[in-house]
Amino acid sequence: MNKALDRAHPYMPNSMQSTKASLLESLGVSSVEELYQQIPEEHRVRSDFDFPPALSSEVELERHIGDLLDRNQPCGRNLSFLGGGIWQHYVPAVCQEIMGRSEFLTPVWGTPSSDHGRNQAWFEFNSQLGELLGVELVGMPVYSWGCAVGHALRMAARMTGRRRVILPRLLDPERRQVIDNYCEPPEMESHLEVLEVEHDPATGAIDSASLKAMLDDSVAAVYVESPSYLGDIETGLEALAAACHAVGAEFIVGVDPISLGVLKAPGDCGADIIVGSTQPLGIPMSCGGGLGGFIASRDEPRYAYEYPTLMLSATETEREGEIGFSMALMHQCSYGSREDGKDWTGNSTYLHAIAGAVYLSLMGPQGMREIGELILQRAHYAAAKLSAVSGVRVPRPRGFFKEFVVNFDDTGKPVAEINDALRERGIYGGIDLSRRFPELGQSALYCVTEIHTQADIDRLVDAVKEVCA
Amino acid sequence: MSNSVKLRRFQAPIWDEPVIMDMSVPGRRGLHMPRAEDAIIDTVGALEDLLPEGLRREQAPELPEMSEPDVLRHYLHLSQETLGMMGISLFGTCTMKYNPRVSERLAARPELAQLHPDQHPDTMQGMLEIVHRFDGLLRSLSGMDQFVFQAAGGADAAYLHTCVTRAYHAARGELGQRKQIITSIQSHPCSPATADAAGFEVINLNLGEKGYPSIEALKAAVSERTAALMINNPDDMGIYNPEIKEWVRIVHEAGGLCFYDHANFNGVMTKIRARELGFDACMFMLHKTFGAPKGGGGPAVGAYGCVDRLVPYLPGPIVDREGERFTLRDPGEHSIGKVREYMGNLQQVMKAYAWARAMGIDGLSDAADISVILNNYMEPKLLAIKGVTRSHPDIPGWRLEMTRYSLEQLFEDTGISVADVQNRMVDYGIDAFWMAHEPWIVPHPFTPETGEMWSLEDVDYWIAVLAKVCEEAYENPDLLRSAPHNQAIAKVKMDGLEDPERWAMTWRAWNRKRAALRARAA
Repeated sequence: MNKALDRAHPYMPNSMQSTKASLLESLGVSSVEELYQQIPEEHRVRSDFDFPPALSSEVELERHIGDLLDRNQPCGRNLSFLGGGIWQHYVPAVCQEIMGRSEFLTPVWGTPSSDHGRNQAWFEFNSQLGELLGVELVGMPVYSWGCAVGHALRMAARMTGRRRVILPRLLDPERRQVIDNYCEPPEMESHLEVLEVEHDPATGAIDSASLKAMLDDSVAAVYVESPSYLGDIETGLEALAAACHAVGAEFIVGVDPISLGVLKAPGDCGADIIVGSTQPLGIPMSCGGGLGGFIASRDEPRYAYEYPTLMLSATETEREGEIGFSMALMHQCSYGSREDGKDWTGNSTYLHAIAGAVYLSLMGPQGMREIGELILQRAHYAAAKLSAVSGVRVPRPRGFFKEFVVNFDDTGKPVAEINDALRERGIYGGIDLSRRFPELGQSALYCVTEIHTQADIDRLVDAVKEVCA
Repeated sequence: MSNSVKLRRFQAPIWDEPVIMDMSVPGRRGLHMPRAEDAIIDTVGALEDLLPEGLRREQAPELPEMSEPDVLRHYLHLSQETLGMMGISLFGTCTMKYNPRVSERLAARPELAQLHPDQHPDTMQGMLEIVHRFDGLLRSLSGMDQFVFQAAGGADAAYLHTCVTRAYHAARGELGQRKQIITSIQSHPCSPATADAAGFEVINLNLGEKGYPSIEALKAAVSERTAALMINNPDDMGIYNPEIKEWVRIVHEAGGLCFYDHANFNGVMTKIRARELGFDACMFMLHKTFGAPKGGGGPAVGAYGCVDRLVPYLPGPIVDREGERFTLRDPGEHSIGKVREYMGNLQQVMKAYAWARAMGIDGLSDAADISVILNNYMEPKLLAIKGVTRSHPDIPGWRLEMTRYSLEQLFEDTGISVADVQNRMVDYGIDAFWMAHEPWIVPHPFTPETGEMWSLEDVDYWIAVLAKVCEEAYENPDLLRSAPHNQAIAKVKMDGLEDPERWAMTWRAWNRKRAALRARAA
């Protein structure tokens, strides 16, 4: 049995013994135990809990957690070039301020009138994202980029009645594992068969001849990314789209929204369904907790009717000229139709959408162009400087956005060893690609963003020289 | 006890805030990027040469052009136009509770916010220790052998269970045969929905006369085709299935797995353990029961725990302790892979750990007691309101932390629906209540849940508002039909939301479709 609290708990206004006692008296019971009468005695816990002492004093609690966090060595304190599926971008202070507003932070769900402000912030995010992507239909966010791909493939399968999908072989391994679950194992009748298409190693673009050879009327969807996992901008989107459309397949394109101030909108390149991550838009990495994903498309019923997400629509109110927002097509989501709905939805990453709305409003078209250009310049500078180091190669020195492959084969040192040595110098080197993609040799995926100054990059290059010497 | 209540005057802020695209003034800026250093420009050359031909964006995206203070004030206005628990929210099934702000301050520290999940484990020992410690607390509460936090919400944890179910039966060569997942019509929609999305056939058990499905119904559904049972207990009506141990035995005997959806854990915290009831796996929602904020719909965490025999199927990496060091382990060849990238929303895991430590085991026990006491305290007061009835009125006894009520009587007497009542309660600063998940077992349902956060005065106030609104329904139903009257905006029209010519998920779509409708009307 647990002990009574000796003082009221700060989080619980009714935890005074006197309050509980008088409430129980008003119910006509002598002990709270009587209220658990539905639970059979033999179901009840009779052993102790292995719990450390309570830290009900915030003074002690913050000290305890703070001491644990102090054992982390975050990016920022170090110089990090890690990317892959989550990236170190600058988070404006206003994003943090708005995300921390209690009205947005703590609640769950209200009416369209009483939660109007939040609905509008969400709508503004979806609208601004639509502008970047070049499409008019944007669903409420999903858990992550990988989850967005998974749902999009399933949308395409339902739309076409086909059960085969094509993915790039060189895909973020994390993302690919997520996608594989959405495609279901072969034992399941609704399994989606996954075929892999290669990239042209010279350009980093999808090998269009191979893709065309794989395409026929059994293919539900082709999924490609631009930039790709290895950072390369896909040059053949429009031709790939045409090839897909020729066999009636859906063309799904994954993008990094932070690139879209300088890169052509995927909606203008023939993409049918567009997916990607919301994290670059004002969300800290938080060890993977910053993820969020989106699904968008042309505003056609054929697509709209297959979204598994909640769909927030603008609408009129009873007051002349006033605009409000409410959920559309609720019957097709799992809340509306349980197992008969499209996939499933639930709590997602909606708070991040609010930060994203703030971010894009701060950036505007000029800011998005500037950040895109700056990233291009700094990333290419880093690639140029690194490739000048003896034994270090950048196989594709042009045509990427913020990430690029660095090959260390000629240094005779494995990436793991180089990264260990860099870490001793306060630098987190790029993701080691050698284990998952051995054909790339001793290669690492380097990520450079707007937070990296020339001095940072020069420091990296000097350290790489030293380590590889 | 108490409790005369004087209703306060309430008026939500009205800012009439334009959609931000309409606030744009060409040339204004909200954030500058640094300019590239001269040496960088000298090295990389012209920008045009850095992009493949034809792929440069020619037409700038039509984002708003705003100054920084104007962006701040716009979104502050929108936050004020959100009731957002500033009043009282007894949103059942979601366990509204206090989210300690100290955790927000901690989560914003660079030592958490700026961690990349692919950093070397040696550089995030503190984060891994928090995960490990919290895993230990949940093991203690549930009896399970291992928790993982990758699932990004309760529904994602249910999905994770369906993936584990597939992997478990596949490893035994039985997946081809075991294609059915059993649940009840009172389970959360995510259980049947994720089972279906994972490729299983869903069997929904109807409720028996005791308020939960009968053993006979379960036995009729169970067979050599059973892959798993996915069930909540108590359900959203506050009814606990006392035969659940026998259920688990029956499903196990047939070779199925048993998953406990602990969405409604608040009323039974420290009172029961999933493992001791025989379950193979369970799920806790850290953004509900464990004090992490809901964020209006995530980021969330469905903490998934299981017994040893399911550990090989878990998604990785798994945090292990090796002496004083914390390491990441790949669960191996039988792992389901991932349901979402990386280890989970670890900032929320930290908040849940902090909350659990602040509460302590006695605090958790007290919170469950208070939740159950207050729910039962509400019942006679709610049933005293004309128009309110309780689901399963014939089932006697105390409910747990929630009770399902109905406004069917009110509707029959006045024509006022449960949605009208919801829309009127917000005029008094009361957040919308939860009605019920599909399918509705009683007409015009509503499901209040007090949890441990709301004071007795708050609960009395909530009851007083419902009483007042029901009284208004009998006296002046038009007041409710046209509600709300004191909110940020008037009642929204729902009639265009299913119409492809009128729905508008973006501002561009709205403008285009309105223009088309106007042109057609002209």
